[in-house]
Amino acid sequence: MGLLSDPNRRRALTNLLTRLNAPICVVCYLAGVMWFMGLAFEPFTLRTYMSENAMGSTMVEEHFPAGERALATGREFAAHKKKVGGMPVNWLVKTMESRGLEVFTQSFTRKLPFPDENKERYLVRGTNVYGILRAPRASRTEALVLTAPCSQGNANNQAVGLLLGLAQYFRSQVYWAKDIIFLVNEHDLIGMQAWLEGYHHTNTTGGDWSPLHGRGGSIQASLSLELSSDVITSLDLVLEGLNGQLPNLDLANLFHAFCQKIGVLCTIQGKLQRNDWESTSGYSHSAQTMMLMVLKQASGRPWGDHGLFLRYHIEAATIRGINSFRQYKTDTTTIGRLLEGMYRKLNNLLERLHQSYFFYLMPSLTRFVSIGYYMPAFGLLAVILLLRVSFHLSDRRGLGVGLTRYPGVLSILTPVVISHMTGVALYCLPVMSQEMAVQHFPVSETEAVVLTAIAIYTAGLALPHNTHRYTLPLVLKLVALLYLAVLLGCTALINFSLGFILALSLVPIAAFITPHTHKPLSAAIMVLLSPGCTLLYCVLIFQELQETPVSLQDGWMLFLSVISQGILDHSLYGSLVYPLLALLIYPCWLLLWNILFWK
Amino acid sequence: MAAFRSNIFMLAFFLCGFSVFVTGDFQEELVIKPLHSGDIYASFQFRTQWDTDFLLGISHYRLFPKSLGQVISKFSVRELHISFTQGYWRTMQWGQPFLPSPPGAELWVWFQDTVTDVDLAWKELTNVLSGIFCASLNFIDSTNTVQPSASFKPLGVGNVTDQRFLRYAVLPREIVCTENLTPWKKLLPCGSKAGLAVLMKSEKLFHSSFHSQALHIRPVCKDWQCKSTSWELRQTLNVVFDLHTSGQGKREWSLFKMFSRTLTEACPLASSSKVYVDITDNPQGELFELSPATPLVSQAVVLGDGRTYSVYDLTDHATFGQTHSLNVLLRWRAAEREMLRPLLHGERYVAGYGLQTGEIHTLVYNNHPYRAFPVLLLDTVPWYLRLYIHTLTVTSKGRDNKPSYIHYQPSKDRLQPHLLEMLIQLPPNSVTEVTVQFERALLKWTEYTPDPNHGFYVGSSVISALVPSVVAMDTNNTQERPLFSSFFPCKEESTYFMRIYTEPLLVNLPTPDFSMPYNVICLTCTVVAVGYGSLYNLLTRTFQVEEPSQGLAKRLANIIRRLRGVPLLT
Repeated sequence: MGLLSDPNRRRALTNLLTRLNAPICVVCYLAGVMWFMGLAFEPFTLRTYMSENAMGSTMVEEHFPAGERALATGREFAAHKKKVGGMPVNWLVKTMESRGLEVFTQSFTRKLPFPDENKERYLVRGTNVYGILRAPRASRTEALVLTAPCSQGNANNQAVGLLLGLAQYFRSQVYWAKDIIFLVNEHDLIGMQAWLEGYHHTNTTGGDWSPLHGRGGSIQASLSLELSSDVITSLDLVLEGLNGQLPNLDLANLFHAFCQKIGVLCTIQGKLQRNDWESTSGYSHSAQTMMLMVLKQASGRPWGDHGLFLRYHIEAATIRGINSFRQYKTDTTTIGRLLEGMYRKLNNLLERLHQSYFFYLMPSLTRFVSIGYYMPAFGLLAVILLLRVSFHLSDRRGLGVGLTRYPGVLSILTPVVISHMTGVALYCLPVMSQEMAVQHFPVSETEAVVLTAIAIYTAGLALPHNTHRYTLPLVLKLVALLYLAVLLGCTALINFSLGFILALSLVPIAAFITPHTHKPLSAAIMVLLSPGCTLLYCVLIFQELQETPVSLQDGWMLFLSVISQGILDHSLYGSLVYPLLALLIYPCWLLLWNILFWK
Repeated sequence: MAAFRSNIFMLAFFLCGFSVFVTGDFQEELVIKPLHSGDIYASFQFRTQWDTDFLLGISHYRLFPKSLGQVISKFSVRELHISFTQGYWRTMQWGQPFLPSPPGAELWVWFQDTVTDVDLAWKELTNVLSGIFCASLNFIDSTNTVQPSASFKPLGVGNVTDQRFLRYAVLPREIVCTENLTPWKKLLPCGSKAGLAVLMKSEKLFHSSFHSQALHIRPVCKDWQCKSTSWELRQTLNVVFDLHTSGQGKREWSLFKMFSRTLTEACPLASSSKVYVDITDNPQGELFELSPATPLVSQAVVLGDGRTYSVYDLTDHATFGQTHSLNVLLRWRAAEREMLRPLLHGERYVAGYGLQTGEIHTLVYNNHPYRAFPVLLLDTVPWYLRLYIHTLTVTSKGRDNKPSYIHYQPSKDRLQPHLLEMLIQLPPNSVTEVTVQFERALLKWTEYTPDPNHGFYVGSSVISALVPSVVAMDTNNTQERPLFSSFFPCKEESTYFMRIYTEPLLVNLPTPDFSMPYNVICLTCTVVAVGYGSLYNLLTRTFQVEEPSQGLAKRLANIIRRLRGVPLLT
């Protein structure tokens, strides 16, 4: 601090920052990107380890024998499902009761704001069935949950079969210290949302569900099972939940430890672990895995049925069975043993999972990057905004106008308010005006919503150019820079991936936009780096990383469906990405757009 | 000879007088109740009665345990009820227990009105009991002790009902195991050497779904005129065995399978020793088969319902038959496992998410088709859940249900818990929901338990009610009745007293990350010292370029001036 308290040195530092501002910013940006890409490089990451003492040293044995019987139950379930044409509630209740569980049902109704074309549903009615295995001599204070979805078609029958098989096996064991809730949920996430809201008696999204009658106290952990074939080649672990929340890393460690012990291939993001980190392909493999995780986390949507549990501070993950063309197959008994082992260890927990990390990225299942390592990447990007602020404050020639002719803060209110009004319109109008759009244009409701959103988004570009006659671009730019810095900083704290991706595209334009640049070129760059286009790139990159590349045409269709899904996720589960983009990020970008067109 | 005879006479007289002086009575019984779920409920009751006055200071004890007698006389206890329970009684599967108890340890004591410092007596008493029962009762302090105004009336004779002499505390986290069972068994006159107590092998008793042991001391009427009182000590032990884990799935129960022992004799000190098996639902033997058959059948009114029992009298040698042992065997024939609809049923849970606020929901079910009845709800909530009492709502059938009596005692931080008592009328066939919001307090860092992320327990709510009875209750309290049907005094024919407990709650409080306190302390100190200090400096000081340095002569002069203590030259 001696540096700053000495006026001479202070001046020298200011001069340096002013003179070399642009190069420093460029260096920071590049360093940020490099740092981020370096996170996937194995020597820079940490090996995962079990932090929780209660799960680490205690040995458990797995004896689950009844995989074949579970598959038979699964087939019976499939037959009843087909007969009823949905959830076979009565059969499930009877089967669970015969296995010695306390069985309860919950019915729910949900009307979507507009039809979901991906899953073809609009008015959703369903029933959740759950059975509680009461732990002997326990006082109903703690519970574990195992869920399997009752999906449409032939999917996940084996998961329900295995769930019932495990219920029967678990019931005859004496060592349970926590109640175990076996839940079969209908209509995947909508059913899960209804059940969780019923269990915790909340109502965040205005659903309609019947109250629950049986409870098991506070839920400590939960696993969702997705299994659609009798044998599998590998198990995939899905961690990303609502709003980019992740379960405690120990849950992933637990899964990995048991896969190792029992000898099941396990993957994350569908990618196997590789050992050749020295080679380029090895590095690019882990970089791809990490990028997939970043993109999924940034999307803010639950990537499995477990995703909604995280809001209630319940550590949860989805385990998905994958059957590919590999030779080595794993049967249901082995998966049952794996789950048995995991539940026995979770049962041994004395406290909630809290010892390990909650903020992390995983370049592979055995490696992780903790918050302390990835935050500098974002910090390097965010510091550019602050550098630019200090630059503009110290170098008043920057925008040609000095602060001496300061016209008052109120004068910038007009563009700020107009941008935010556009944001509010973008947030509200698509869903509100769908009926009108359907009447006047030959489109479906979903298309109407998405196209309205795009139309408002584009219209926003043309709106407010001449309204800020009396404003100084410098003041406006300072406000926009600080606003963006606060926005991105807060976003990155909650959901690093989203914050980082937005910073990647928004920081360059925020840093270098002035009214004096070459207008058409700058405008083109700004549009290409706008939040909407960023979303499009993310969709394309995501498809590329998943090894299912799409053409631009399909990519566009996918882009449209992603927008509709984002709006649906917001209204159904309370995902915050859509409101964040529409109400805050987009208006902020519009402010920058205003600066560009300042006359 | 005459002298000898007179000596004999004297001796006989002395013995008689002595036996009159220490007269006492001991009864033991075991009730076995097959439950609808296929599980089996075994309830032991041992009653010792003694016509004496402990307050006079007695030194000779026969049947009554001396350790408890001394406690009564030293602390002037009028009534003492203590229970240790591991597990939660599942009303929906098992119906009502004979004696309810909440998970963990529960202790309530009425002191004599001669006690001046009740809090001190209570404090010492809990410590003494903690030693007697090897339990953590010494953790009972003012933060979990309350004085309920209406829910816990004395069960024995007496007319003092001033709540100043009552103390009630629950430790929901108390674990009950063999070390609590052993001292409890030692209080029995025959120990676990003879009589029904031989069945109490801890490895079997704790291999069950529910285990509860309790002890009740109270003054009761000596005879029907009730001119004088005697002391009653009841020891009860309730256990439920699970069909799936203990029964190996076979629908068959026997004493040997349950306790890995059979009965061979009654306790020689017992005046009555009986085994009852509930056969009410099984008049023709269509539900289960009972062997050996017994001709003795007894009727009793239990929990508002007339029940029929097969009775095995252990004082009768014929009961043991040829093998000299009694192994009651029960083989199920039919299976039914629909859930019960008990007349009164309670549930409780915490609603909401996040670590700032929450809401406690208590549901009370009245499943009676046409009778409304009032219940007393008692809630004790620790101080670190700050109840917003203005958010208290009571609704039945969608309508506001105003409690006719509310006794609320707010908490004091670190001193006393919230106490909320309400008298609520339950409409017939309804669910009454009581909700109250709370805020989670941030504790001081030394106040957290060693496992703060496990959560903090809130004890069960207590629901006490006079429930409409199906058959006429027996109001004549002096008549000889089986022990299990005679605990709660009955004053009216049409209703019976019942108490149920809801589940305890486990609530997470905002918890600092204790795994790295050192890091936290270091980081905080660094940030404060470096960041704040220098920023403050920068903001408050003005900076000026220093003048060129002074000449040598001036500096020397200044040094001298400083030594002399006079103002310096500038």
